[in-house]
Amino acid sequence: MKVIYGLYASPENAQQAVDALHAASADLKFDERQIVIISGEPHEGYDFADSHLTTRPYRWSVLGGAIGALSGYLLTTLSQKDYPIHTGGMPVTPLWTNGIIIYELTMLGAILMTFVVLLRGARLPNFKGVVKDPEVWLGKILVGVVKPAEAAQQELEKRLRMAGATEVKLSSS
Amino acid sequence: MQRTAEQIEKDLLQPIFKSSVKFKIAVSLSAALVSAGVAAFGYQLYSGIGVWGINSPVFWAFDITNFVFWIGISHAGTLISAILRLCNATWRRPVTRCAEAITVFSIIIGGLVPLCHIGRPWLAYWMIPYPNERGIWPNFRSPLAWDFFAISTYLTGSTIFLYLPTIPDFAAVRDAAKGLRKRIYSMLSLGWQGTPRQWQRLEVAMHIMAIVIVPVAVSVHTIVSWDFSMTLVPMWHSTIFGPYFVIGAIFSGIAALILAMALLRRFLHLEEYLTPLHFNNLGKLLLTTSLLWFYFTFAERLTTWYGNTPSEMDVFWTSIRQDFSPFFWTMVICNFVIPVPILSIKRFRTITGTAIASCAIIVGMWLERFLIIVPALGHKFLPFVWGKYRPTWVEYTLMASSFGMMALLYLLFSKAVPMISIWEMKVGLQPHGGGIITTAPGTKPHGLVLEGPLPTDVPE
Repeated sequence: MKVIYGLYASPENAQQAVDALHAASADLKFDERQIVIISGEPHEGYDFADSHLTTRPYRWSVLGGAIGALSGYLLTTLSQKDYPIHTGGMPVTPLWTNGIIIYELTMLGAILMTFVVLLRGARLPNFKGVVKDPEVWLGKILVGVVKPAEAAQQELEKRLRMAGATEVKLSSS
Repeated sequence: MQRTAEQIEKDLLQPIFKSSVKFKIAVSLSAALVSAGVAAFGYQLYSGIGVWGINSPVFWAFDITNFVFWIGISHAGTLISAILRLCNATWRRPVTRCAEAITVFSIIIGGLVPLCHIGRPWLAYWMIPYPNERGIWPNFRSPLAWDFFAISTYLTGSTIFLYLPTIPDFAAVRDAAKGLRKRIYSMLSLGWQGTPRQWQRLEVAMHIMAIVIVPVAVSVHTIVSWDFSMTLVPMWHSTIFGPYFVIGAIFSGIAALILAMALLRRFLHLEEYLTPLHFNNLGKLLLTTSLLWFYFTFAERLTTWYGNTPSEMDVFWTSIRQDFSPFFWTMVICNFVIPVPILSIKRFRTITGTAIASCAIIVGMWLERFLIIVPALGHKFLPFVWGKYRPTWVEYTLMASSFGMMALLYLLFSKAVPMISIWEMKVGLQPHGGGIITTAPGTKPHGLVLEGPLPTDVPE
């Protein structure tokens, strides 16, 4: 996959580059979804980072917990009804003790759902088309455009440099 | 001294690519201990469980002591890490992964103990309480069944809690490695790139996990305590056992964490990352839990003494004045008399001081678990069923081997994974120090308002 990108020393410069690419998308005929931003650490408080803020995973985790709770209830209650044992007049399906298993399975459901939602939300696993540059791990922020049109490459390079790129690279992986 | 991202990357990846002689010796010694344990276990499988010293009425002894001890140690990591994450304590960064790894490995070791105890480990799946056609009715009223669910949930949660923040670091190793190692880390990092979307989802997932894992951790050791308190054995049938076990678990867990950090600091040359500040802060936590442990122990013993029930008083005096008194007083010295003065005085709350206190606590907490179990089982209600217990070399070897296994797993883990989260350390370099930042009203992204802690360099 062909990528043209600039490396930025600060998130402020990276933000300028992202803004410049958004502004240029119509002129240079590329989709805004082609803009790629890669960093070695999260940068909170910048538009390029916060545009993905969402609270949806919390809701999914609650749903996972509810599924876990239902599974726990069905496992305990149905088993006890299918294989009833003599309880000496005590309830066959006691909520006090079943509640402990329901509680643990609620938590397990929430944990597993959180993991699945993370993988889906972060689009992992993804072994194809990974954009990377070793400089990213040394503190630089990569901002670029994937699959740029041949005609637009020169202009893109110019705009990336104007935003403060320490280096502009064209790579195809 | 302010470090750069490049320096952090270099320092923390170095132990993965280079092994010192000390490291190799440590691996060899712990592997030797594990081998001894495997041999002892093989002998036990061949000869039968009779090679242990357990008998009627003391049918739980070293094995369940080790089980409770290791499950307790597991509280170090995930619980402490989750609480510190939720509190946004910035000093946590170098500590969390060391702690989370302890959790995962100690649950695994704790979980192996029942497998040894059942005698026929190839039938271990019988413990799984699912509705079945084997004629084994799953009894969901049994605390042992609750244990199965609690420990499985905690192991799953802790493993995911350890794995999630490691994904970006696996990607860092992937990009620094070559050949087969690169392919392995590519798989482990799941193709992580570091897009804003991925970072945002990771942070949300970590936050949710931190919220969920705290009540799970508390429930696990409470349920382990119910293995005892749901029975009518003297001095076990106690309402205080849940919180008493949880406090004991956190206490021993912090001690294990301090010891592990002190050893990692020395073996992996992490002196600039695991600083006296971290030991000082964890030392304060250890002091708090030591005082809480004493409070619970005192409350538990005082209630028994004041009630003066004959069956309970037999167990009480056995552990305080008779057969088990040397162990009891060693426990008090190790858990209270040694650590409290060391940890109370700032001058002594150094790396060496906290490590000495932690060593004492590890010994004391193992004895505490032993003293809860063995004296009570040997002195039940009717004197004609009283019995004594004497451990055999097989039990001693298996116990030593469990410590060897912990050391081995931890060392191998430190060889495969950066023991300090690289990306979280880099967040600490950001101008806001990794605290919470918000966008000022009426401004766009560059108008930042600082709400988190100021960036401070950790004093050496």
